Amino acid sequence: MRNLWIFISRYNAFFLFIIFFTVGIYLTVKNNSYQRSVTLNSTNQIVGTAYERLNVFKRYLNLGMVNDSLAAENAKLKSQLLSLTTVDTAKDVKVVDTVTNQDYTYLAAKVIKNSITLRNNVMTINKGSIDGIKSGMAVIAPQKGVVGFIRDVSEHLATIQSLLHKDTKISVTLKKNNALGSLVWGDGNFDIKKAFIKEVPNHIKMYVGDTIVTSGFASFPKGILVGRISKPNVATNDNFLSGEVNLFTDFSTLQYVYVVKYKKAEEQKALESAVKPNE
Amino acid sequence: MNSRIIIVNVIRWFLLLFVQIFLLKNMGFYDLSTPFIYVLFLLLLPFGIPNIVLYLLAFGTGLTLDAFYDTMGVHATACVVLAFVRISFISISLNRDAIDDPEPSLSYMGFQWFSLYAFLCVIAHHLVLFFLETFRLTEVGYTLMRCGLSCIFTLLIILLVEFIFYRRTPR
Repeated sequence: MRNLWIFISRYNAFFLFIIFFTVGIYLTVKNNSYQRSVTLNSTNQIVGTAYERLNVFKRYLNLGMVNDSLAAENAKLKSQLLSLTTVDTAKDVKVVDTVTNQDYTYLAAKVIKNSITLRNNVMTINKGSIDGIKSGMAVIAPQKGVVGFIRDVSEHLATIQSLLHKDTKISVTLKKNNALGSLVWGDGNFDIKKAFIKEVPNHIKMYVGDTIVTSGFASFPKGILVGRISKPNVATNDNFLSGEVNLFTDFSTLQYVYVVKYKKAEEQKALESAVKPNE
Repeated sequence: MNSRIIIVNVIRWFLLLFVQIFLLKNMGFYDLSTPFIYVLFLLLLPFGIPNIVLYLLAFGTGLTLDAFYDTMGVHATACVVLAFVRISFISISLNRDAIDDPEPSLSYMGFQWFSLYAFLCVIAHHLVLFFLETFRLTEVGYTLMRCGLSCIFTLLIILLVEFIFYRRTPR
């Protein structure tokens, strides 16, 4: 104890300095708002950084629990998503054709069964008579291209006789000169990207790259893009030309299709049936 | 003798603080160089003064300055640091038993010793003062420049005053 006192009194200058310096700093920080704010801010910053570091470790330790809860949430969301996608809320979309005063409506439908490898391909969609679908309606692809016709209709479902079918025949024209023809998949053709345009009059010149559109004479609206000529002027032994067409429709990736409802279909049919073929 | 020293110091205290507060407070070159002549009082306190008294005087002087400069505690802290430097420097450079001069002034101690003594004390004081005033390290270059320039200014004035009151004494 005595030694301590000797030590302190010997270096009294230093200890007194410490005391007075502390008091001075204390007064400075206590009484000057600027210095106080700086001190508080920096201490807060240090404390905040320390807590942040600590939090990183804590987060790491909690990772397992967080993973479990995320997985549970994921499962819940997935089940919700499933219930949402099965409820089909698609409604008719009206397209008013003001030029020809025809009224087409489009109905989006989901392809629930598709086939492309057979000779006669038929696909199934998830819309039926309840949605107003009738046999013989035209079906087109979402971006561009034709798909086929409605074949059979049940209450909630319908089958489409696609273009890849030996009986399907679509009335088309060359876009540049409106020359009529009919589009078929063709005998002996199993390429889903390819079809043939037939019955083009002999005097029409076809070139590679000519665009084929629907004629609008049947249930398809006029001007739906179908494909491009890839091999023109294939001569047949009648008075007509044929051509090979690259289709715009990609049947292999078809997810959704549009069913085209033609308002005056019944009327047109009735009227045309009154004309006897061999009059 | 003793009372004379006290009277001289009291007069010096009033005079220096008067000059500092009413004259030098309004001086300054572009907010860069501000002289603090009042430290001369602490520099010229007699050798035989006890440490505790020295600290108390330094602290009191600083507080007085703070009251006028409206910077509570800044000058007091700086003065305490100055007192510590003064004590350390004197104990290192002089033999305590052989001191027969009354006070560490230019007249008694000579130019070389006094200028070094004043320089060390003043720069310690100014460093603490300016850093406490700024209270952050982001503008350290600017603060150091202010500190250095003020130091030069203060030292010039201190030496000037000392030469004005120079008394040729037999050594």
